[in-house]
Amino acid sequence: MSAIEQTATPVGDTTTAPDGPAIVRFDHVTHWYGNVVAVNDISLELGPGVTGLLGPNGAGKSTILHLLSGFLNPSRGSVTIAGVGPWRHPDVFRTVGLVPERDSVYAFLTAREFVIASAKLHGLPDPKAAAERALELVEMTPAADRTIQTYSKGMRQRAKVAAALVHDPKVLLLDEPFNGMDPRQRMHMMDLLRGLGAEGRTILFSSHILEEVEKLADTVQVVVAGRLAASGDYRTIRRLMTTRPHVFLLRSTDDRALAGVLIKSAAVQGVELTKDGLEVHASDHGTFTRELAKVSRAAGIGLREVVPSDESLESVFAYLVGA
Amino acid sequence: MFNSTVAWITFRALFGRKRALLFVLPALVLIVLTLALKGAHGTLADWPALVLGRVGVGAVVPLTALLVGTSVLGSEIDDNSVLHLLATPVPRRDVIVSKSIVSALVTMLFAAVPVLVAGIIAQGPHSLAFGCFLGAVLGSIVYSCVFVFISAALRHPVIYSLAYVALWEELISTLVGGAKYLSVEQWSLGLAHSISGDNDLGSHLTMTPSLVLAVIAVVVTVFYASERLSAFTVRAD
Repeated sequence: MSAIEQTATPVGDTTTAPDGPAIVRFDHVTHWYGNVVAVNDISLELGPGVTGLLGPNGAGKSTILHLLSGFLNPSRGSVTIAGVGPWRHPDVFRTVGLVPERDSVYAFLTAREFVIASAKLHGLPDPKAAAERALELVEMTPAADRTIQTYSKGMRQRAKVAAALVHDPKVLLLDEPFNGMDPRQRMHMMDLLRGLGAEGRTILFSSHILEEVEKLADTVQVVVAGRLAASGDYRTIRRLMTTRPHVFLLRSTDDRALAGVLIKSAAVQGVELTKDGLEVHASDHGTFTRELAKVSRAAGIGLREVVPSDESLESVFAYLVGA
Repeated sequence: MFNSTVAWITFRALFGRKRALLFVLPALVLIVLTLALKGAHGTLADWPALVLGRVGVGAVVPLTALLVGTSVLGSEIDDNSVLHLLATPVPRRDVIVSKSIVSALVTMLFAAVPVLVAGIIAQGPHSLAFGCFLGAVLGSIVYSCVFVFISAALRHPVIYSLAYVALWEELISTLVGGAKYLSVEQWSLGLAHSISGDNDLGSHLTMTPSLVLAVIAVVVTVFYASERLSAFTVRAD
């Protein structure tokens, strides 16, 4: 069993809502797909603001969002949104907006038709006005009369967000919302979600990219192998991540000489000569990467390859869980 | 119960897929067959009843309803676009009713109307044509509800629907005596026979049991389809 699976105690505080009263509650929720445990005894509370659901692929992020939107029934425990269990209660969507991850939309409709249809399905009194407002929010008005099948992935995402926002929900759930977006669209979407969070809405979005979560979320829920591995302010979690030792694999014109040079650096904890090259354990990622080129050049050693060998999110999470 | 937005999206989705081209095929076969037999000047005296009853009501209606009925919900469940519909407060019963109505209307257009046209080609505006048309209308409604129910309840609805038509409607209901009471084809033919009085249709039921059983089937399938859709779950990747 890995270090990730062994822990059941998240880093940080899982019981406190980020800001204001909690509207979303998970109480010891477990969900199985057959014999596979997708979510394992998770308890959390979310209040107004933006919360990032961070974890590697397959960690259980989508399962948590589907449990919240009533598309899965918890095998054990309870899920509530504003006091209502979403399973078999479609009325919960008066409060909740959902942006699913999968790129399956009604591609034969234009974005305007799609969002107006969503407004009508929510029973809004003026569907057209609500749709225009939502399209404006996601900057889709100029392209709104093109069919969705002609859109890029990022534009489809924005059309989905507009449809989810059309009824002005108190809770917005987004599954990997930045997938396929270019940097400008991503920045705009982040500004939009940040603004919605600041207005008092509860925004929960999933991502496997740490930087996305860091830029946007007030609070982070880190999920690993179906368990809540860390929870709370992202700065605390980030600090744990940046102070962990980083492992690099180096290949140079003279690995032995390079080892001798690097071990003198304060940013290096240890070096090891292996058959593949030189394995370096750096205590400070930033200082090491800045110094490496400088000291190797000064020693007359040519660098052939520098590979960070533990940069995967899984290894970051493994460290977090062990912290 | 009926939600016009759900119906509109369903209608657009139905005709936005290439599969819609298939809807016309069973009707085309019926019309071509009728024209061919009409041109051959009646080798059998009862051919209009055989063509309209066995081919029209017995094959064209269920096949068209299968193509349409499994498309209106099954395709959306397969590609998960149904999430956009279900992530709204619309009661699931309204979704099922609206989709079943669209399926029934489209099946009537592509199966019941061609039965009427084939009947008129065969015998002119005769009671057989109108009887079979009304039987086909009844079949369009009931089959649509059955196939929408199968789409809501099971994965791979096309396979299960084909198995239902081939095994139950075409095999068991003709071989097992009591099974005729649970055959949509027999209810349709029962209505057609009651109106046309044509004994060559191969009907074993009269109008009243046909209509009563058809209404019960519609209510039961719509109820259970709504229940299944209320408990819709996203499949694990």
